[in-house]
Amino acid sequence: MAIAKRQPKSTSAPLSPDPKHPLEDLIRMERIPHIWCPGCGVGTVFSACLSAIQQTGIDYRKFSMVSGIGCSGRGAGYVRLDSFHTTHGRAIPFATGIKMADPSLNVIVFSGDGDLFAIGGNHFIHAARRNMDITVICVNNFIYGMTGGQVAATTPHMAKSSTTPFGNPDSPFNLPLLAIASGATYVARWTMIHSRDLTLAFEEAIGHRGFSFIEVLSPCPINYTRRNKIKTMDMVRQFHNNTIIKNHANPSELDIDFQKGVVLGKFMDIDKPTPDEILAKLRNQ
Amino acid sequence: MEPKVLTGEHFINGDEACAEGAIAAGCTFFGAYPITPATEVAERMAERLPDQGGTFIQMEDEIAAITSILGAAWTGAKSMTATSGPGFSLMMETVGLAVVTETPCVVVNVQRGGPSTGLPTMGAQGDMMQARWGSHGDYEIIAIAPSSPQEMFDLTIEAFNLSEKYRVPVFIMSDEVVGHMSEKVVIPKASKIKTVSRPRPSGRKDRFKPYQPGPNGVPPMATIGEGYNVHVTGLTHDEQGYPVMSVDTQKEMMTRLIGKIRNNLDDIIRTESYLLDDADIVIVSYGVSARTSYTAVEQLRGMGIRAGLFRLITVWPFPEKQIRELATRVKGFVTVEINMGQICREVERCAGSKVPSYLVGHTGGTVITPDAVIQLIKEVF
Amino acid sequence: MKYWREPLDTGEIDVVRGKVYIIKDRCKGCGYCIEFCPREVLAFSKEFNKKGYHPPMLVKSDGCLNCHYCELLCPEFAIYTVADEGEAGPNPVASATENQKSRLKA
Ligand SMILES: Cc1ncc(C[n+]2csc(CCOP(=O)(O)OP(=O)(O)O)c2C)c(N)n1
Ligand code: SF4
Ligand code: SF4
Ligand code: SF4
Repeated sequence: MAIAKRQPKSTSAPLSPDPKHPLEDLIRMERIPHIWCPGCGVGTVFSACLSAIQQTGIDYRKFSMVSGIGCSGRGAGYVRLDSFHTTHGRAIPFATGIKMADPSLNVIVFSGDGDLFAIGGNHFIHAARRNMDITVICVNNFIYGMTGGQVAATTPHMAKSSTTPFGNPDSPFNLPLLAIASGATYVARWTMIHSRDLTLAFEEAIGHRGFSFIEVLSPCPINYTRRNKIKTMDMVRQFHNNTIIKNHANPSELDIDFQKGVVLGKFMDIDKPTPDEILAKLRNQ
Repeated sequence: MEPKVLTGEHFINGDEACAEGAIAAGCTFFGAYPITPATEVAERMAERLPDQGGTFIQMEDEIAAITSILGAAWTGAKSMTATSGPGFSLMMETVGLAVVTETPCVVVNVQRGGPSTGLPTMGAQGDMMQARWGSHGDYEIIAIAPSSPQEMFDLTIEAFNLSEKYRVPVFIMSDEVVGHMSEKVVIPKASKIKTVSRPRPSGRKDRFKPYQPGPNGVPPMATIGEGYNVHVTGLTHDEQGYPVMSVDTQKEMMTRLIGKIRNNLDDIIRTESYLLDDADIVIVSYGVSARTSYTAVEQLRGMGIRAGLFRLITVWPFPEKQIRELATRVKGFVTVEINMGQICREVERCAGSKVPSYLVGHTGGTVITPDAVIQLIKEVF
Repeated sequence: MKYWREPLDTGEIDVVRGKVYIIKDRCKGCGYCIEFCPREVLAFSKEFNKKGYHPPMLVKSDGCLNCHYCELLCPEFAIYTVADEGEAGPNPVASATENQKSRLKA
């Protein structure tokens, strides 16, 4: 099927009396307002994802979004695409089924850190290993937001959560390192405040043939910053002030430490055949 | 693309026949995870699917296997997975997702002795209640129980047809004995095989409501990429597919989901009767145990005891009406199954207090002998 | 002006005037648009919207340079800008990001 190119959005649209937000054609407006709390970064990351989808110029019908469970996992519920809100941790295998059954689709997984890396961690490493041609966007808010602020696999060491009231004894994952070690062929990290870089990264990731992963640091004002006595705006400022953009940085130096400076950028972007391509070749033999 | 069926007579085992049935039904996606005694289904599909233009993928666990087939189903594919007890347990949360999102799919359980790792290489029928109630919440599914390799072929086609027609997960509740038993399997010409596909939407895409029911309570199903922009969620949802957290929406959604099975029992349920017309004693059985029961009936008749066999081909939904009808004219029921009384409870419930109901069962690992059935019947009747 | 107020790509944008649209009732008052506008043209208004938040208002009527940063940051789709009449503004992502693009290629 030929892909009908959409016109990139016009920025000099005539000012109608009731102009529309430029992303409205991709949002289920009848479901707005969304559930995300005031100041929650999920909405910003979601918005960047929609901008990227628009910017690709690819027919919207050729996209599908899959989410797991969590605040971030509500993303699939607001996008005006064929979209799937699945079970906790299982967005990636659901997306894998879609992609392998219809490789012409661009499948985006939009979910949270708990969903993708605790309960769904096994699926993540295996999809990365296979170089499954899907785009995985992880909103890392350092906590389980939806269930009220329990410790996550990304919660900083000694940070407080409702289940680590005296501080988190464990250490968080270095997600880009994990992704690269597992075989992901596109890996990047940004924060929600870097929305232009983020949008570009999403666009690149969608265009990338193979498993692409973008970690996006984002505030959870209700269940993370407040409990740890951080002002949300201060955390967002840290995202800008205490971060260093360094493409292809050594993955083992990507631990999140705002005192030292958190490294952002693109850490991996290589070509490798994808399972759907290989299978298509085998079928033709 | 018409399935490339292997028309002719074959000497294959039940697992292989099941895979051939899936191919004949039009299955083009298989999500796998190896487990004894179901692995041969996956191995056969791995071999056969590429030639059908289909996709086989071995996932990282059974949760991923069943979840992948739901994703595939939404691209329009008929999809399937096969497992045994431990994997079946892992799949249960996703079964609920399939039910509530009305995603057609077929799940084969070649049962082995449980619980836990149990008896991997030895048969049992201990997962029958799990098939019915294993996921949380209240719901209806369809489960069928083949008794032979030929039925592994025929009923797999039937499973796909029911799954597509009612948009519900369908379980093939086989067991190690039938799965590994080799017998003659006749595969008809492709043109002679009746296949059913899910109801499909028509009309304006912007007005489409993905969960607005059609005539038999089943909504038409859109495919990803057609422009219907469906939203599919495991949360309680309205006809648009949007989450609504209310008692009324829950009631409306659940009533329809349960209703689409309960209101179509006559279309769904298949049973087989043998010498029931004049029977005093009804043996109720299914799967491999129905073979035992058949022999027992023959031998009992030879002894002058008027026994008959009521074989459940469809186990869920349970053929209540038929059991209740039999209860009005027989002296008693004997359920034969390789567990400590699962379907027996259903028989007892439907038979009521006036007609006695007995179990011939054991804890698994081997088939039940006709002698065990005969002995019990001689003792109690 | 604090340095983090510098838009990430000041250098490349042709300076044009933007017109800011605020869909007041969608706003949840997070303040990101106000805090991060490089031209400091926004501030909280005194009025309450339907949800009970103070939506932003334009305080410097012709200060917006149509960089779209507020639009990209807003989690509520409550603010966006378009080029002022007659002026063809930059596409918020595609044309304003040579800097980032070269960064990605680095
Ligand atoms: C099987 C299962 N276990 C637990 C839950 C409860 N639960 C819902 S969301 C969630 C955590 C979500 O955290 P994360 O993925 O980080 O998303 P966030 O809400 O922070 O965006 C949990 C544990 C569930 N829905 N399903
Ligand atoms: S709980 Fe946290 S992550 Fe969830 S919507 Fe609120 S701020 Fe966002
Ligand atoms: S577009 Fe928004 S962020 Fe940029 S100058 Fe105008 S008001 Fe400020
Ligand atoms: S960013 Fe959006 S929600 Fe936040 S204050 Fe500005 S307009 Fe309101």
